[in-house]
Amino acid sequence: MAAKESWLYRQLAVIGSQVKSMAGVFLHGFRKRETILYPEEKPYLAPRFRGRIILSRDPDGQERCVACYLCAVACPVDCIALEKTEDETGRWYPAWFRINFSRCIYCGYCEEACPTYAIQLTPDFEMSEYDRRNMVYEKEDLLISGTGKYPGYSFYRVSGLAIGGKDKGEAENEAPPIDVRGLMP
Amino acid sequence: MSAVAMLVFIVALFIVLLAAAAMLTWIERRLLAWWQDRYGPNRAGPFGLLQAVADVVKILLKEDWIPPLSDKGVFVIAPAIVAVTMLVAFAVVPFAPGLVIADLNIGLLFFLAMTGLAVYSVTFAGWASNNNYALLGSLRTAAQMISYEVFMGLSLVGVVILAGSFSLVDIVEAQRGMWYFVPQFVGLVVFFLAAIAETHRLPFDLPEAEQELVAGYHTEYSGMKFGLFFLGEYLGMVLSSAMIVTLFFGGWLGPAFLPPIVWFVLKVAFFLAVFLLLRAALPRPRYDQLMSYAWKFLLPLALLNALVTGAVVVAMSGEGAT
Repeated sequence: MAAKESWLYRQLAVIGSQVKSMAGVFLHGFRKRETILYPEEKPYLAPRFRGRIILSRDPDGQERCVACYLCAVACPVDCIALEKTEDETGRWYPAWFRINFSRCIYCGYCEEACPTYAIQLTPDFEMSEYDRRNMVYEKEDLLISGTGKYPGYSFYRVSGLAIGGKDKGEAENEAPPIDVRGLMP
Repeated sequence: MSAVAMLVFIVALFIVLLAAAAMLTWIERRLLAWWQDRYGPNRAGPFGLLQAVADVVKILLKEDWIPPLSDKGVFVIAPAIVAVTMLVAFAVVPFAPGLVIADLNIGLLFFLAMTGLAVYSVTFAGWASNNNYALLGSLRTAAQMISYEVFMGLSLVGVVILAGSFSLVDIVEAQRGMWYFVPQFVGLVVFFLAAIAETHRLPFDLPEAEQELVAGYHTEYSGMKFGLFFLGEYLGMVLSSAMIVTLFFGGWLGPAFLPPIVWFVLKVAFFLAVFLLLRAALPRPRYDQLMSYAWKFLLPLALLNALVTGAVVVAMSGEGAT
């Protein structure tokens, strides 16, 4: 059992602790810097980093987006706007697609909501502008030529939807349609 | 020195001091960053050297707002007082042999008087601002500065006894045999703590404790008036370091391979770095701890130091013996 600390011992302990912390802080000068000198030195961005939003294409080079509006609904800041249209084969696509990046909070809800992997967030944040209006990206700014994070996926190839050139039952892993009114098992 | 040479020296010193105070903001940020595993401002100019220039230009262009309910005359004059007193106090600092504006025979008292006058700056500022936080901050400052001034003077009694003079030039010359930080180590410690409190630098920055008082006495200040308070604070740091060097570390004295002025500047730079390291390392004490430490510990210690020094000097001279 330690005796009650004497006044002198306490004073010396206080001074010693302060000198120790000063020495410790001084020695920090010789450590590795935490700072990343940004414009010269780029930070590491994880593959799942949520940055600039893009619209991807399927392996055939066609737009993946089917204009279902789920991203626009999921968006908490309402920065996504689009309008659905259809081509002659019955395939849906957006007539125009607009993301206002001055509102976007990069939450990634649009990517989670997207049923066709069309809208994706990318590891890129260098999109500053001097004019706020330049932050509004149109479809031609958003569409990329590749497939993004999901190579090989094509919505129309796996879905049961009939479009021009592909009828019911012709999709991958899809059984031929059953006539539910028929009597055969 | 002739009158013309003296005028040139004064103007040069004025410019150097203002530049040093401005650069000190940059040095402080770089050093703090260095001790915190960062780089600090390194963009403007080589090594970020022009950061201080950018800061000065910015602060000069800021809106200079005077609160409508303030006491305008006092409000305007308060920041000038601290800058002027700190600058005037440099008149007695001997930078090198012969390189002193006024070798007063009461130089030490002049220094104490000028730092004492700086209290008016913060009290005026707090009172004229008509703001709760400013008033509380200035009350604290007044109490803190007056308390610490008491034994700031007392801690130097030992030095004066040893040197036998109040003139700073004589005090430096008297240290040719031994710098006074050896025989006056207690005095040095007490004076150093008092100097930190006097310039209200961290860790004794209770007058402007952001967490409690917004910004203390300069809450209502903006633009260059705010800048003048900071100028005063940084000049106070330089002045305190210069006084520590002059009184305890032999002023310009040093081995002959460097000119005296270089020795002086190097020593001052070292103590400025110590000031900044204290800021980087130590947390702020509670207000009552600050005051009780001053009155219950440092004041008796300073008195004891003066007593022992006097006794030793008398015993050594043999005049006390019968």
